[in-house]
Amino acid sequence: MIHWNSFSDFLAMGGYGFYVWGSFGVTVLIMTVEPIMVARNRKTTIARLKRQMRAETRAENRNTAE
Amino acid sequence: MKDRFNLYRFASPATFYPLAGAMIPYFAAISVVFGLAGLYLGMLVAPTDFQQGEGYRIIFIHVPASWMSMFIYLVMAFWAAIGLAFNTRLSGMMAQALAPTGALMAFLSLWTGALWGKPMWGAWWVWDARLTSELILLFLYIGYMALTAAIDDARRADKAGGLLLLVGVVNIPIIYFSVKWWNTLHQGSSVNLNKSSMAETMLWGMLLMAMCFWMYSIAVAFMRVRTIMLERERHTDWVKAELADKTAGDEK
Amino acid sequence: MFRIITAVIGRDLKLAMRRQADIVSALFFFIIVVSLFPLGIGPEPDLLRKLAPGVLWVAALLATMLSLPRLFADDHRDGTLEQLALAPHPLGLVVTGKVIAHWLVSGLPLALIAPVLGIQFDLSADALIVLTGAILLGTPALSGIGAIGAALTLGLRGGGVLLSLLVLPLYIPVLIFGAGAVDATVTGLGGEGHLSLLAAITFASVGFAPWATAAALKIALE
Repeated sequence: MIHWNSFSDFLAMGGYGFYVWGSFGVTVLIMTVEPIMVARNRKTTIARLKRQMRAETRAENRNTAE
Repeated sequence: MKDRFNLYRFASPATFYPLAGAMIPYFAAISVVFGLAGLYLGMLVAPTDFQQGEGYRIIFIHVPASWMSMFIYLVMAFWAAIGLAFNTRLSGMMAQALAPTGALMAFLSLWTGALWGKPMWGAWWVWDARLTSELILLFLYIGYMALTAAIDDARRADKAGGLLLLVGVVNIPIIYFSVKWWNTLHQGSSVNLNKSSMAETMLWGMLLMAMCFWMYSIAVAFMRVRTIMLERERHTDWVKAELADKTAGDEK
Repeated sequence: MFRIITAVIGRDLKLAMRRQADIVSALFFFIIVVSLFPLGIGPEPDLLRKLAPGVLWVAALLATMLSLPRLFADDHRDGTLEQLALAPHPLGLVVTGKVIAHWLVSGLPLALIAPVLGIQFDLSADALIVLTGAILLGTPALSGIGAIGAALTLGLRGGGVLLSLLVLPLYIPVLIFGAGAVDATVTGLGGEGHLSLLAAITFASVGFAPWATAAALKIALE
């Protein structure tokens, strides 16, 4: 049982469209951007740690060769 | 048999890391399902509020965001207490992983509160007791994040942050009641959501949205805690094995 | 027990007396900030009377913040703090002494100068007495809660700004009841209720904050 008669009614929100969609818009924005940022941060961290690990093993190999 | 139920095993990052990784998709999926159901009930089915018209529909994110902002702070304080009492490594990481999400929830609560306040009270911001407390809660989140970010040593950051969380959680009720008292003395406005007039579908929509926000917070915190774990434990064997695995996967 | 506290108070006061400039500059900071407000908002007595409690209290909070970073920093630098932490008597008692000493050199002077500044804001005699009483009652809580922040930020870069970020939100109840007591007197409602709540907050925070501070110091010294 849908409360709205038409899609434009739904968008207008009885005159409160700006406030309602402003709230939902920012919420959706934050809830998509936050996971993306976290995932990107994870990727760069992993890349950095791998670089560090490779540098460390190279240093170790050099030490054993000497 | 005994070993299998040892909680300390799950408290170790090496065990928790893959467990959290496996659970993230489930929490994310449950969050989406609850979110869609909540939006369907709240935005499409729920009737118009006779006092606030359609504007009341902001409640479906305002209230869950406020609840989560408070709940996440309590959960962080819980982890802080565990961490200070039992000296577990995982608890400090969990508290730090939760903080940004909690702060965002507090921000969302303020943002939606402002957008709700404008048509209902005629002002973007009123010094309502609940809004003011929410603002102070955001300050507390920011203080916690600033403190843990300023301390280089991870163990000290965990413990100092944990202590701050416990001090904060003791103070929150005092702050809330003092703000409330201040508010009544100065006869500020306050929202009077008539609970009895709330239709059942509205309540269900709100609860479903709260579940959606809750599951979302867990998923994001798990994502964040996994990165923190790798960073903190980079000199342990399990992280080295994990990274070596990834190298094989990415670079063939 | 009291011997430890009084010994620490005596020692800290002696050290503070050698650095009187610090006390005096915090006091002048308070005076200047309060005197700036009428210049910013205009000299109408009605408006000033309305704003006085809030302005004086916010300025008192900020002036207290100024001296907080020094609370443990000097002892930390010369190693005294580590010795105190290793000593057999509880660190919480030492911190209690330091908090009381801090209040004597920061809160007490503010309370003494506040009525003079209140006159600038055209406050009545009743209101001036309540203002002094409220600042006397409330500032020990500021020193106590502030000590926790000072211990948490001990030795950190940008410690001073960070300290205010941590501590100022926790000062809100003191601000509300402190300014509220004066406000209630100005409007003729009577400030007793506010003052008793302020006293409760002060007793609770002077009682509990030193132990939280001691825990924070141990974390910082590890």
